[in-house]
Amino acid sequence: MSALLSATCAVPAAGAVLTAALPAGSSESRRRATKAVALGVSAVTLVLAAVVAARFEPHGDRYQLTESYSWIRSFGITFSLGVDGIGAVLALLTAVLVPMVMLASWHDADPGPAGPDGTFENRRRTQAFFALILAVEAMVIVSFYATDVFLFYVFFEAMLIPMYFLIGGFGDRAGGPESARQRSYAAVKFLLYNLLGGLVMLAAVIGLYVVAQDQGFGTFDLPTLASAVADGKLQLSGTAEKALFLGFFFAFAVKAPLWPLHTWLPNAMGEATAGTAVLITAVVDKVGTFAMLRFCLGLFPHASKTFAPAILVLALVGIVYGALLAVGQKDIKRLVAYASISHFGFIIMGIFALTSQGQSGATLYMVNHGLSTAAWMLVAGFLISRRGSRLIADYGGVQKVAPVLAGTFLIGSLATLSLPGLAPFVSEFLVLVGTFTRYPAIGIVATFGIVLAALYALLLYQRTMTGPVKDGVRTMPDLKARELAVVAPLVALTVLLGVYPKPLTDLVNPSVNATLSQVHETDPAPAHPVAATSGGEQK
Amino acid sequence: MNSLIPLLVAAPLAGAALLLLGGRALDRFGHWLATALAALSFGFGLALFSDLLGRDAEHRTVTKHLFSWIPVNGFQADFTFRLDQLSMTFVLLITGVGTLIHLYSVGYMAHDERRRRFFAYLNLFLAAMLLLVVADNYLLLYFGWEGVGLASYLLIGFWQHKPSAATAAKKAFIVNRVGDMGLSIAIMLMFAEFGSFAFGPILGSEGAAGGAHQASEGKLTAIGLMLLLAACGKSAQVPLQSWLGDAMEGPTPVSALIHAATMVTAGVYLITRSSAIFDLAPDAQTAVVVVGAVTLLFGAIVGCAKDDIKKALAGSTMSQIGYMVLAAGLGPIGYAFAIMHLVTHGFFKAGLFLGAGSVMHGMNDEVNMRHYGGLRKYMPVTFVTFGLGYLAIIGFPGLSGFFSKDKIIEAAFAKGGTEGWILGLCALVGAAVTAFYMTRVMVLTFFGEKRWQPDEEGNAPHPHESPKTMTVPMVLLAFGSVFAGGLFAFNDSFLKWLEPVTGHEEGNSPLAPLTVTLLTTACMLAGVALAYLVYGRSPVPVVPPVGSPLTRAARRDLLQDDFNHAVLVRPGSALTATLVYFDSRGLDGFVNGLAATIGGLSGRLRRVQNGFVRSYALSMFGGTLVLVATTLLMRSV
Repeated sequence: MSALLSATCAVPAAGAVLTAALPAGSSESRRRATKAVALGVSAVTLVLAAVVAARFEPHGDRYQLTESYSWIRSFGITFSLGVDGIGAVLALLTAVLVPMVMLASWHDADPGPAGPDGTFENRRRTQAFFALILAVEAMVIVSFYATDVFLFYVFFEAMLIPMYFLIGGFGDRAGGPESARQRSYAAVKFLLYNLLGGLVMLAAVIGLYVVAQDQGFGTFDLPTLASAVADGKLQLSGTAEKALFLGFFFAFAVKAPLWPLHTWLPNAMGEATAGTAVLITAVVDKVGTFAMLRFCLGLFPHASKTFAPAILVLALVGIVYGALLAVGQKDIKRLVAYASISHFGFIIMGIFALTSQGQSGATLYMVNHGLSTAAWMLVAGFLISRRGSRLIADYGGVQKVAPVLAGTFLIGSLATLSLPGLAPFVSEFLVLVGTFTRYPAIGIVATFGIVLAALYALLLYQRTMTGPVKDGVRTMPDLKARELAVVAPLVALTVLLGVYPKPLTDLVNPSVNATLSQVHETDPAPAHPVAATSGGEQK
Repeated sequence: MNSLIPLLVAAPLAGAALLLLGGRALDRFGHWLATALAALSFGFGLALFSDLLGRDAEHRTVTKHLFSWIPVNGFQADFTFRLDQLSMTFVLLITGVGTLIHLYSVGYMAHDERRRRFFAYLNLFLAAMLLLVVADNYLLLYFGWEGVGLASYLLIGFWQHKPSAATAAKKAFIVNRVGDMGLSIAIMLMFAEFGSFAFGPILGSEGAAGGAHQASEGKLTAIGLMLLLAACGKSAQVPLQSWLGDAMEGPTPVSALIHAATMVTAGVYLITRSSAIFDLAPDAQTAVVVVGAVTLLFGAIVGCAKDDIKKALAGSTMSQIGYMVLAAGLGPIGYAFAIMHLVTHGFFKAGLFLGAGSVMHGMNDEVNMRHYGGLRKYMPVTFVTFGLGYLAIIGFPGLSGFFSKDKIIEAAFAKGGTEGWILGLCALVGAAVTAFYMTRVMVLTFFGEKRWQPDEEGNAPHPHESPKTMTVPMVLLAFGSVFAGGLFAFNDSFLKWLEPVTGHEEGNSPLAPLTVTLLTTACMLAGVALAYLVYGRSPVPVVPPVGSPLTRAARRDLLQDDFNHAVLVRPGSALTATLVYFDSRGLDGFVNGLAATIGGLSGRLRRVQNGFVRSYALSMFGGTLVLVATTLLMRSV
């Protein structure tokens, strides 16, 4: 039994403790040491997550590199880890983004100027901020690797705690005196929504255990339960399965978030620092969509099929609604948040279309949305930190004074509107085509999303970056080396995965097949199939 | 030889990447590098062309597979390129005219501080357009298609410090996206129907029939209509024409590139490439000819009313592309002539735009033709080359446009029946109106008395001939405007070249070819004469007269923007505003009420930690309840 997975989880967890324990102080050198330690830990985590993805054998067993330690024996709860292609890819995404977020947030948690008595407001701010980020990373990675339902639940819930403090405790400097109140409101709203979802899920987790135990499966082990469900050895009554499905799904739909459970997201992303906003939308929320694929489809195949059309409609509403709301925003970060709501609609639509294109597309979408939104949001954060305002109307003509900033922001915008050649196009098109083959009408309406995405992304670019140079913008410096080091890898990955996504699809495809066969679903066959050789070699 | 095909795209793409990432070091010679790479791509094109010519006419389709792009179960999109007579024609046009426009821009943009970036975008434009025409499947075509959209966005908005330019760029991209939606849906329909969207399997190749023959007519009609929507976007056809006039905000070489060699020709390419689908979907074809006929008149009417030289030419482009779309909608009667007109138009329209740019260059960037006049003496090279382009576009016998437009009008009549008469007459009227508005442009600009006005800073214009880098491309394009049509028509050489790809039918025209030619020439002369009577005989007022209601509407592009505004923009804004309100009050109000209740129970949310502890305590309490309740409940289910 290799300990690779637990090491990948343990490194950031230990790093969080270490960072928090570093000597506090207001001197620049102490802060820099703290940041360096945290960044170093996240780099090691990245290497480990990459090794996991590289070691994963796409055509091997469903779950690989498995580990299991007994935990609460009387309830059959174990600390079990294992990875499939989807989990490997998403954990890697997390590990890629966290160092970027840290670098981008380098000065976000520096203590403010000393007070009149020469003391600082909070001397442990820097330590806390970076330790919290590592804690989130550890918990998210455990969630992607967990193969025990209860273990997953615990970490799914626990990550709310560090996220809560990140949102409530650290804002960008754009807010006025109102901002502390706004921020704490956003943090509480985030917590309430997600706790409510978590409670419902807890009920379902217990319910599942009760039902399974009655039939001799007193375990929380996901592979055991899923294969028992698939073989018919574990039979849930129709009502029970539907109730349990809804219990799990509700929690995931709050986190993802799916319309109409989305309203916490714009507040949270708007008030938090840009780095935290990226953690929310690109990392933590992905656990929700990932869990739909793994738990909802794997454990409740019949209910998944029953509810799929209704969920698709909600997802579709989310796509259009999120995009329309994004068009109407006055605040840059809230605009990005509504755009994300639209994108989560696409991801959920891809999952519940129950086709291999849809699900492969949805998985790639999680990765691509993570990369592209991170680039977009972090550059927006750089912009906001320069001007001290989140209002779109306060900007104009940035392109003239800071062309590199404007250029990278444009690339982020183009990725968001899914321009071919950039990664999000691949996933968005797969989701659309995968939905269309089963539900043509839904696929067609969803296609309107591509027009609306162009509208909100380019409107934002036009209003902030073009036109005459506004007063507060005139002396704005261009991107610094540190900021460029954040954006450049994200842009490079977005381009690479747009032109050559094969390394990802190779990892993801077999896991998607396995998921689909659990649901007993096959792709709709074309009416008049033709040989798809395309003049080249067949794959 | 096949491996040269990817290099066609790679050369300008490398140029774009180098120039964008290379930094200031490239400022001194970047424009020459970009021009050289465009020329290199043209060189590759010529090499491939001679290779194709050396092959048997029926075996001129070559493909090159690079790598698997998006491999997902049942879904296969590859980076595979295809070169046949149709794409070869486009490659030569794009790279040939494109290189000349690069060369011209060296002079035209000499004083722009962001010249390096301009050339990077020009190179990107070529690369995207080349990808579009050499792609071997619809998804890769879509890649190039949207790449063209991006490049046009960047170039139309090149002077983005001007709000009007930034708005025009965004408008072009978004209107085009509506068309792209059509292409997306078409590809999805193909995938659902055939399990593929590659050209060979669906459209057939080299004699083998493709899957299109098995599909129902309804499906093919749906695919055809969606492809038409896509074509309307890129080719600025009614109802997606509104971006084209505003796109004149870009530097003039961009207008030449968009209007002649790239972008607007993409729609015609798409329809011709998909001929196997349209031939089996007569209703879709009818839609195509209707769009073409309406647009050719729409653009011509708009062209008559504009005082801005570039906008008058833009109306003309819309109209000429309308001719091509009309011809492509006629099926095998018209495909080859659509492409032939596309190529000759590429020469003379590029020449006209470059000429217009040259005039602006000498006139302090003035675009209002009412402020021109008598320029022939001051800019002789521009006058002669522009004049030859003018004669070509109105179809003066012997010049390029004469041969290609005449063929389209013949083909329209050859459609047969009432439909043929209607289309033929539309095309004839269009020819007369074309002659009218182009004569108007010619007279207002080069003839008559000087109506020059000082610019905003009070500098009187001192018109002068443009530098060599600008005039040489104009002269070369003028050669094309004069001779290309005759060369293509000689011995039907162009038709024979394309026939293996597009097929050809004669149709049954109610009129003899000579009759059509005479009618066309008569219409053209009538248009010229009328324009001369109105504008050539009496002084042209500097301030435009009020004009008839039609003129006033035409000045506002036949109210296209008013229409879009009333039907789309205003309701759209209202909807968005309502939803924003609803999202923060309605949906959120409920949750806020809940939060306030919790907050109210425990005092105000003054400190972050407080809110957290209370919420968490509440949830733990709730959790215990849930635990007990579900255990009881699930036992009973």
